[in-house]
Parts: sequence; C-alpha cells; structure tokens
Amino acid sequence: MDEPRQPEVLGGGAPVIEPGYTFGSVTDKISSIVLTRPTSNGWFLGFGIAFLLTMMMLFAIGYLFARGVGIWGVTIPIGWGFAIVNFVWWIGIGHAGTLISAILLLLRQSWRNSINRFAEAMTLFAVSAAGIFPLIHVGRPWLAYWLFPYPNTMRVWPQFRSPLVWDVFAVSTYATISLLFWFIGLVPDLATLRDRSTNRAAKIIYGMLALGWRGSARHWHRYETAYLLLAGLATPLVLSVHTVVSFDFAVAIVPGWHTTIFPPYFVAGAIYSGFAMVLMLAIPIRKIYGLEGFITERHLQNSAKVMLATGLIVAYGYAIEAFMGWYSGNRFDAFLLWNRLHGPYAVWYWALLACNIFVPQVLWIRKLRTSPVALFLISGVILVGMWLERFIIVVVSLQRDFVTSSWGMYYPTRWDWMTYIGTIGMFLAAMFLFVRILPMISIFEMRTLLPEAEVKE
Amino acid sequence: MKSTPVYGIMAEFDSAQALVDAAHHTHEAGYVKIDAYSPFPVEGLAEAMGFHKNRVPLVVLIGGLIGGLSGYALQYWVSAISYPINVGGKPYHSWPAFIVVTFEMTILFAGISAVFGMLALNGLPMPYHPVFNVPRFALATKDRFFLIVFSTDPKYSPNETRRFLESMSPRSISEVPS
Repeated sequence: MDEPRQPEVLGGGAPVIEPGYTFGSVTDKISSIVLTRPTSNGWFLGFGIAFLLTMMMLFAIGYLFARGVGIWGVTIPIGWGFAIVNFVWWIGIGHAGTLISAILLLLRQSWRNSINRFAEAMTLFAVSAAGIFPLIHVGRPWLAYWLFPYPNTMRVWPQFRSPLVWDVFAVSTYATISLLFWFIGLVPDLATLRDRSTNRAAKIIYGMLALGWRGSARHWHRYETAYLLLAGLATPLVLSVHTVVSFDFAVAIVPGWHTTIFPPYFVAGAIYSGFAMVLMLAIPIRKIYGLEGFITERHLQNSAKVMLATGLIVAYGYAIEAFMGWYSGNRFDAFLLWNRLHGPYAVWYWALLACNIFVPQVLWIRKLRTSPVALFLISGVILVGMWLERFIIVVVSLQRDFVTSSWGMYYPTRWDWMTYIGTIGMFLAAMFLFVRILPMISIFEMRTLLPEAEVKE
Repeated sequence: MKSTPVYGIMAEFDSAQALVDAAHHTHEAGYVKIDAYSPFPVEGLAEAMGFHKNRVPLVVLIGGLIGGLSGYALQYWVSAISYPINVGGKPYHSWPAFIVVTFEMTILFAGISAVFGMLALNGLPMPYHPVFNVPRFALATKDRFFLIVFSTDPKYSPNETRRFLESMSPRSISEVPS
C-alpha cells in the first residue's frame, strides 16, 4: 500500500491516519464501536457515576427553585458568583469544538477529520451545561423567556443596548448553529450505520435520522457547499460568542472588567480551555476504543501546540492587565492588582498563575507533548486554571470596588458546588451516551484522508 | 420479459477513480439523466456528470440578508418606536449597539438556510428511493461506487445501455426496479 497522503501541515512526524487502512476497514472500525462492540462494564460504571452526578445537579436545582438564590453564596456586592463563573467556563470549553470543526476546515488542516465529530459533540454538551447557569441565576427561572423579544401584554421589550441581551442572541445562535453543524456532519455516517446495522430497531432509527441519504454526487456537491459555508459562518460566530461574553464584563465600569483587551483574551482563553477538554476526552477514548490509528500522536502534538500558543496569549492578557493597573495611574485599577496579589483571594490568584502560565510551559518539551499521560494531567491543570481565571475576574473585581463601605466577601455554599460538579456529571453522561450510540469519528471524512480517495481528472 | 417498470440500470465500481472515469465517459456518450453514488465526496465527480453549480450559496445569501435586516429592523422598531427608553441621553436609534444582534441574526438565518436549503434542494428527507431496492447498494455508504442511468433518459434502451455500462468493466450490473 502507498504511504497515506501527507498534507502540508504543522507538526510533521506522525501521520494523521496510520497506514494500512482502507475504505472498508475505516468504516468497520468506527461503526463497530457503535453497532457490534458489547457495552462494557466500564461504560456502565462511568455512565452510572455521571448519571448520579446529573441527579445531584437536578436535586440542587430543584432545591434552588423551591428556596431561591439565597441558598447560594451570592450576596451584594458579589451578585454573580458561581453561576457566571461556570457559565463562562463551559462556554469557553465549547469553543474548541467549533475551532476544530470550522476554522481548521477552512485552513485545510485535514488532521481535524478524526477529532472534529466528538469535539463538536463536546461543544454541544458544554453549551448545554453553560446555558443552565444564566437561566437558574435569573432568580425567577420560570420567567426566563422574558429574555427573548416577543410581543406581550405588558408591552415591554428587551433592552438592546445591553450586552446581556446580546449574550442571549450570541449564545442561542451558537447553540443552534453548533447543533446544525454537528447533525449535518452526522447525516452521511448515519446512512452508513443504517446500512451496516443488523438490528431492525437500529436500522429504523438510524434510517430516519439519515434522512434517506444515498450519497448521490449532486447531493455531495450541495452538501460540501453547505458544509463549507456553515464553517465560514461558524468561524466569525465562535469568535463573536466569547467576545460578547467578555462584553458582559467590559461594558461595565468595574475595575478589572472595564478593559479593551477582554475580547481577544477571552477568546484565546476559551480555545485554551477547550483544547484541554478535547485532550482530556480524546486521550482516554483513543485508549479504551483502540483508536490510536485515527487519533495519532500528531493530533496530540498539534493540540498541545494550540494550547501552548493560546496559553501564551492568555499570559499576555494577564501581563497587560497588570501593566495597565500600574500604567493607567488609576488608583482603583492599581488597587485591584494589589488586591489580586495580596488580598483575601490571593491564593486563588497565585494558583491561577501557576495553572495557566507556569505549568503549561512544560509543553515546550517534545517528549511531554507526545506523552498521553502527561498531556492528560497538564490539560486537567489548565481546566482548573481557566476556571480559577473566571473566578478571579468575577469575584475579586466585585469584591472590593470604589467604596470601602460596599466591600464584601464571597463564600460558595455546598449548593454552588453541587450544581457545578453536577453539570460536569451531565456533560460526561452525555459524552458517554454519545460514544455509545453515534460514530464518534466522522467516517466519511476519514475515508477522504485515504490515498485511494484521490482522483485524477 | 419486463414485469416491473425499470427505474434504471446501475453499475458498481471498485474505486473512486473508476467511478469518475465512468461518469465522464457516460456523460460524453450523451446520457443526461445519470447519477453517481459514493461513500464520500469525490472531487470532480459531479462535474464529470455535467453538474457544475448549485444554488446553495444563493439560498444562504438570501437567508443571511433576511436575518440581518430583520434583526436590525426589530431592534430599531423596539428601541425607537415601540418602547423608547432614555438611558443617559443616548439616542433611541443607537446603531452601534445594534451591531451585535444584527450580526448574530445574520449568522443564525444564514446557517439555518444553509442546512435546510441544502436538504430541500437535495430533496431530503426521502426515506424511500428506488436505488435502495438493489441489495448491493448498501455498500454505497461503505466502500463501493455506483453509477446509474435512469430509464427516463432519452438515450436509454435496456440492452444497449447495459452493454454500454458493461464495456466499462464494472464489478457488477443490476437493474433497479422502480
């Protein structure tokens, strides 16, 4: 067999797909995970734990609805607390999926083909987890639909000059487009599952979801156009989403929020944490399901390099924040810097610097970039660091603003933690279901990577 | 001999290259009502059958324009006409503040148009299609490549078309009942 086609992409060395695969074996390998592989005890155990955590989240939210946001640690002056910290963290994680599926498609990075499907699924579940927080944070969640403009008997409308309303549009558009992008990418693979499965119920369900896809050349032609256009639309969209999230802060006058560097620094941080989550999911998945031939060292290396680059942008953001605190001559900004370094949450700030700036520098070492265990651990550290970053931004800025009499402290309660950890459980439960019932790697895009897919006129 | 009406004659090929060549050859030979099926998008296949342009981009453009314009119009109407609120003396029609929602609505409508426009132009969802009657066609979503000449083609004749397809040495040939 010929060597697989090697597109000119960064990070040579390992191939994007191990040599020796054919159209048939790629198809069988990925579809058999869903169709014939017996569900292991490990899957049931993992899903069971994640499901229990989801139940814990529902319990915490149920109690919240009964008692109100007083059960949380939010008080004045810190009215945002965990809900907004977690919202921003989850939305940011979602961004890597869109970056992989849309931006890398436009840049013709064909290595994305084996990780885009589950990264998109990750986006979808992360956005779902994120969406919970603003809804339960509004205080009267049964009225959350007031956020949308609709004709009503009160004759009031949303305030379109508010970034919070922009956020409603940005996040709901993002969720919708992510879902469509993911589903449309699944259609040809669902047709494969329809034709491969022997179970009648599975045939019918996959058949319905495949919409009668038959792989006609005309259909593919329109499909590819639509897919490319969607990627082109999703690219500015994903950049806009975290930009708008950062406007929620930057448009306010609170020290530490009112800065113009927020949009790029938020977007970089989003991609940083998103790639960390991609690696934390990909590394166990490729091991458990034996997908090292599809998710190769190359993918791990490239993801590590993206993390390193975005991590440096984030570090630049921190440096500029600190510099401006001094250079602006504004005593409130200067005090914010002092408060971060020496105030009551100083431990958290130093931990943030350690997690987001110092530890990830080990990724300069090639050996660690290609070691799954090391990458898994570093990714975990980055996810913690990015969560701390949002905590620092939300809490430490609000904690001590202009007037000493309005200073306060924020202590998250057990309900805050239960809700947060519960959403991680919900996210993982959805991921477990996803890898069990849908092809986690795009089969048809993997076929295009094989040398036999190339056609001469 | 004909008992059921025939939808077309289908030839099965082993490789993408063979399918593109066959599609090209068939199109050259003057067949117009033909189609090709592959398990992944094959570059140049649609072009080989004389299908060069599709209208998905136009649909997306129209969708995006409708989304953007209606998004802006909604904000203008709400903020300046239906529910004007004076915030710090800012103008009611404060267009810079309306850019974000206009942008998001453009993307939303364009994206929805791309997906549903593509499906509509492809005539999907279509759960039943005559080509599914050929048992070997299940491989079209795995590793085989198919070319069909529809019986509605003006040049179609049961024996001649079959002979023509056989001349391209396909792996198998089957008649597709409609």
